[in-house]
Amino acid sequence: MNASSYPCPLPDGSSADEYALVFDRGLPQRLLIIPALFDEGHRLRRLCVDVMRRLGGSGIDSILPDLPGSNESTADLATLSLADWTSAARTAAGYFGATHVLALRGGGLVAALGLPGWHYGPVKGASLLRTMIRARVLSSREAGREESGEGLLIEAQEHGIELAGYRLGAAMVQQLQAAQPAENLTEIDQELLGGSPLWLRAEPDADAAQADALAAYLTMAIRK
Amino acid sequence: MRSQTDQLLRRILTDVLGLKPGQADTFDADTGLFGHLPELDSMAVAGLLTEMEDRLDIVIDDDEVDGELLESFGNLLAFAEDKRNAA
Repeated sequence: MNASSYPCPLPDGSSADEYALVFDRGLPQRLLIIPALFDEGHRLRRLCVDVMRRLGGSGIDSILPDLPGSNESTADLATLSLADWTSAARTAAGYFGATHVLALRGGGLVAALGLPGWHYGPVKGASLLRTMIRARVLSSREAGREESGEGLLIEAQEHGIELAGYRLGAAMVQQLQAAQPAENLTEIDQELLGGSPLWLRAEPDADAAQADALAAYLTMAIRK
Repeated sequence: MRSQTDQLLRRILTDVLGLKPGQADTFDADTGLFGHLPELDSMAVAGLLTEMEDRLDIVIDDDEVDGELLESFGNLLAFAEDKRNAA
């Protein structure tokens, strides 16, 4: 396992070296993992890395890039949109020579890369947005401020919004509201992994059995 | 005999709280949720409500969510049953 980076295009025309975690032994089968978005990305990161280790043991290389504005990235999230994340994923796929893609949850909204692959726990952008807006309404209420979810959404589509600590620009909100999972990917259902979805956990957690199941499925599917 | 809503709700709470299989079977109407279970912060509550909407096929208005609703398993179940019956 190594820390690497890729030259990621940014909306202002510049480029930034964004971090990527790689298991790269120059093998012919190379899986690009597009992480889940926002807080779900944190809750599923351990699962990603556990799966990468297992794939490495099976002779499959894997790459987990940071999307700009997330994880280690210093890019300003408020300036970015889903389209920029699709560009980032496409650039990473080309740079690392990915042959397959695995998108997790909201990662599937930016996974239309023309590569064969899988989508674990597909979700619509509007559903992710709704949950984050709801969390804000609830925490504001606890703090004694009444906000309306509908009002926040309208405001956010015009001016952007801060949700769960993430500063989202208007373009990001608009694109999330409309975004559907990439259609060419095969859905991986939670039933296949067993247990309960780690992205739902209130506290980030690990589950070796789920990582075993996902890695075994991917190994068979990639080798087919 | 538990209703389908009851079973689904226990399953959802198991997923959100990362409970061991069978643990939610011990919940009764008085089992405390929000406030009693430290895991339930606002993001977790929001995730819980979205899962309830998806799996129970209901729509929950933010105005309907208050401390009382999440106080006990019984309150949350009664709310979910009413929603599904009204749908």
